[in-house]
Amino acid sequence: MKKVKCECGHINHEGTVLCEACGKPIEENQHIDNNDKNKLLNMRYDGSARRSQTKKRTIVDKTWAFFSSVKVGVWLIALTLIAAALGTLYPQEQFKQSRLPSSQFYEQEYGITGKIFYQLGFHNLYSSWWFITLVALIGISLVICSIDRVIPLHRALKNQKPKRHEIFVKRQRFFSETEGVSDKDREMLIQNLKNRRYKVREEDGHILAEKNRFSRWGPYVNHIGLIIILVASILRMFDFMHTEDYVWVREGETKVVPTTDQQYYIKNEKFIYEVYDRNDERFQEALKNEEFDVPSNFQTNAVVYKVKEEVIPGQEPELEEVTRGEIRLNHPLKFDGYSAYQSGTQLRSEYETISFSIKNSDGQDVGDFNFKPNVDKRKYELKDGYNVVVTDYYPQFEITEEGPSSSSKFPRNPGIIFEVNGPNGHSERYFYLNEDIVALSEDQQFNVNLEDTKLITASGLTIKKDFSLPVFLVGAIIFMIGVAQGLYWHHRRVWLHPTGNKVLFAGHTNKNWYGLKNEIEQALEGTNINMVNDQQEKF
Amino acid sequence: MFKNKKVRLIFRTVVLTALIAATIAVIYLNSLKDNPVLAEGDDAPNFMLERLDSNEVIELDQLKGKGVMINFWATYCEPCKKEMPYMEELYKEYQDKGIEIVAVSVDKNRMVIENFYNRFDLSFPLVHDKKGTIMELYQVQPLPTSFFINPDGTIERVVKGPLTLDRLETYFKEILPKN
Repeated sequence: MKKVKCECGHINHEGTVLCEACGKPIEENQHIDNNDKNKLLNMRYDGSARRSQTKKRTIVDKTWAFFSSVKVGVWLIALTLIAAALGTLYPQEQFKQSRLPSSQFYEQEYGITGKIFYQLGFHNLYSSWWFITLVALIGISLVICSIDRVIPLHRALKNQKPKRHEIFVKRQRFFSETEGVSDKDREMLIQNLKNRRYKVREEDGHILAEKNRFSRWGPYVNHIGLIIILVASILRMFDFMHTEDYVWVREGETKVVPTTDQQYYIKNEKFIYEVYDRNDERFQEALKNEEFDVPSNFQTNAVVYKVKEEVIPGQEPELEEVTRGEIRLNHPLKFDGYSAYQSGTQLRSEYETISFSIKNSDGQDVGDFNFKPNVDKRKYELKDGYNVVVTDYYPQFEITEEGPSSSSKFPRNPGIIFEVNGPNGHSERYFYLNEDIVALSEDQQFNVNLEDTKLITASGLTIKKDFSLPVFLVGAIIFMIGVAQGLYWHHRRVWLHPTGNKVLFAGHTNKNWYGLKNEIEQALEGTNINMVNDQQEKF
Repeated sequence: MFKNKKVRLIFRTVVLTALIAATIAVIYLNSLKDNPVLAEGDDAPNFMLERLDSNEVIELDQLKGKGVMINFWATYCEPCKKEMPYMEELYKEYQDKGIEIVAVSVDKNRMVIENFYNRFDLSFPLVHDKKGTIMELYQVQPLPTSFFINPDGTIERVVKGPLTLDRLETYFKEILPKN
C-alpha cells in the first residue's frame, strides 16, 4: 500500500488528510476535506484516512466504498422511509378484515388507487423481498460506514502527539499567540487544566490536554444498538421467537389455540360488555352528545388448558387447566410464553338457545322445546307423548337460486323447519325465522309460541408469542447509551505550542464551542497567555 | 490496522460476504413464511374422526396404500356443493382402483350435513370436524380446499377452490396406486 511519510517522520496511510502524529496537512490530500479552500482545518475524523475516499481497486473495494458512503446510507434510509409510508395508505393484507380476496378487496374498497396499491404488491409491503432488501442494505451500510470511520479515527486519536505541526495549531478555530510566557504560566495552565479533569501530556515543552475522548465513540455505540435492533427484527421472523395468530371463541366454546401445535385449548366461559353509565355524574358531560352507549369494557373470562396426553388429531384430548383469568383490552392472559389479547367482538350476534312453548289442540301446555343451534340434536321429547323433530336448520338463513340455504355455519339468523308430532299421529310443520313462527301445515291445531331467545358473543383473541422483545430492549438501551455518550459529553482538546519566543495556543472541540471557550477562559486565569480568538468569525 | 493490502482485501471480503449471506438468508427465510405450513411433498398429518354416514371411524394413516382425496367443505359453501356430484361420479369409478375420498365438513351442526348428504345421495365417507381442529391442522383458508395424498402418505397436490370433473380425474390419476 502506498504510504505517506510526514516530515515529522510518521508514516500515514494513503488518503490521510492530517498527519496522525503531528497534524500537518498532507499536501496532496487537502481536497478531500476541502482544506485547500479554507483557512481553518476541517477536523472531521481528525483528518484520518477514510477508506471510502481512497482509490478503488477490486470489485470488493468498490462495493466496500459504495456502502461506506454516508450519502448512499442516507438515500437508502430515505427510500425505505418513503416505501414504509406508502404501505400505510391502505391496510396490509393481513389486516384487511374482509372475506374478499385481495385481488378484489383493494379495488372495490379504494378504487383505482387501491388497485394500483395491490398490483404493486404494497398489500404485503413489509414482508416483500425488496423492502427487506432495503432494510438489509441499510444494515450493511451501517456496519461498513462504522468500520470505515471508527478504525481510522481511533488510530488517529491514539497516534496523536502533544507536539503538533505549527500549521495544524495555527489553523484551528480557537487560536492565540502570546509572547513572553513564563514557566510559571505553563505550570499554572497545566494545573488549571488538570483541575478541570483534562489529561495533560507533554513533549519537548509542547502540551496536549484532552478530555472526554470517549464521547467520540458515541455514534458507533449507537450503531451497534441499531444493528442489534435489526438482528432482533430478523429473529422475529422465526417461529421459535415470534408467532401471532387470531382465533374466534364463542361463549361456552373450547377452541384449540392456534400456533401452539394443538397443545393448548382456550375456553370462553363468559363475555362481559359494559358501557359508561349515563346516570353517573362523572360521565354526563362527555356522554351528553353521544347517541349510542359508549363501551367501557370488553372482557373475556377465559380458561386455558394444556393437552395432557397427545391424541390423534380429531379425537378429544384430555385437558388440564393451566390458567384462568379475565382478558381485557391491554390486559392479556399469559400462559407459558403466550399471551391472549382481547382484539375483537361480535357482540350478541349468535343464538345460543331459541325456546318455544307448545300447546296441543285442547290448549294444554305439552312442554317447552329449547332449540340449541350448536347441539346435534334432532328429536326433542315433550310431555304426554308429544315430540318435536327438527327437519331442516339453516344457521344463517338465505334464499339462493337453489332454494333455502345458509351463508355461514354460525347461527346468526337461524331458520328452522320442525315438525310437532302428537301421540295420535297428527303432525304439523312450522318454520321459524327472525323471531317469527310460520305454520307450514294447513288446518293448524297446535299452538307454537316463541318464548325466549338467548344470544351469545364471539370473542376475537390475538394469540401472541414474542421472545424478540428483550433483544429489541437491549438494542434500544445500547442505542440510547450511544446517543447520551455522543450528545452529553464533548471531546475537547487544547494545545500549547512554543515556537521561538512565542507561544501558540489552540483549542478544538467536536461540539459546544461556547463551553470550550468558557473552559479555556478559566484555564488561562492567572496566566499571561492571551485568550483565544474564534478564527471562524473572521470569514 | 492492516499490515498490507492483502489483509485489508481479505477483511473486506469476509465482512461483505457475511453481510450479503445474512441478507440472502433473511430473504429466503421470509419467502418460506409465505408458503403454507403444508406444501406439496410434505407428509399429510394424521387425524381420526367418526364417520357421519356409518358408525366407523376414519384414521388417515390406516388409508396408506390408497390414494386419498381429503376434501374440506361446508354446507354453506356453494362451490363446495357444486363439486360434490363430480366427486360422487368419479368415486364410483375409482374406488375399486384404490382411491378413497374423505369429505371433512367444517360445519358446526351435524344436522345440516346429514340433510345435505342425504339429499345428494353421496356414498363416500363423510366426517365432521366440529371444532375446526383438522381445519386448523391443515391450515385451510378458503373453502373448498382439497388435498390429494399419495399412497405413501405424502401430499401430491393442494387445490384451493372448486374443481371441475376433468381436473378431478387428472388429480385422481396422479395419486392412483400402482399395479
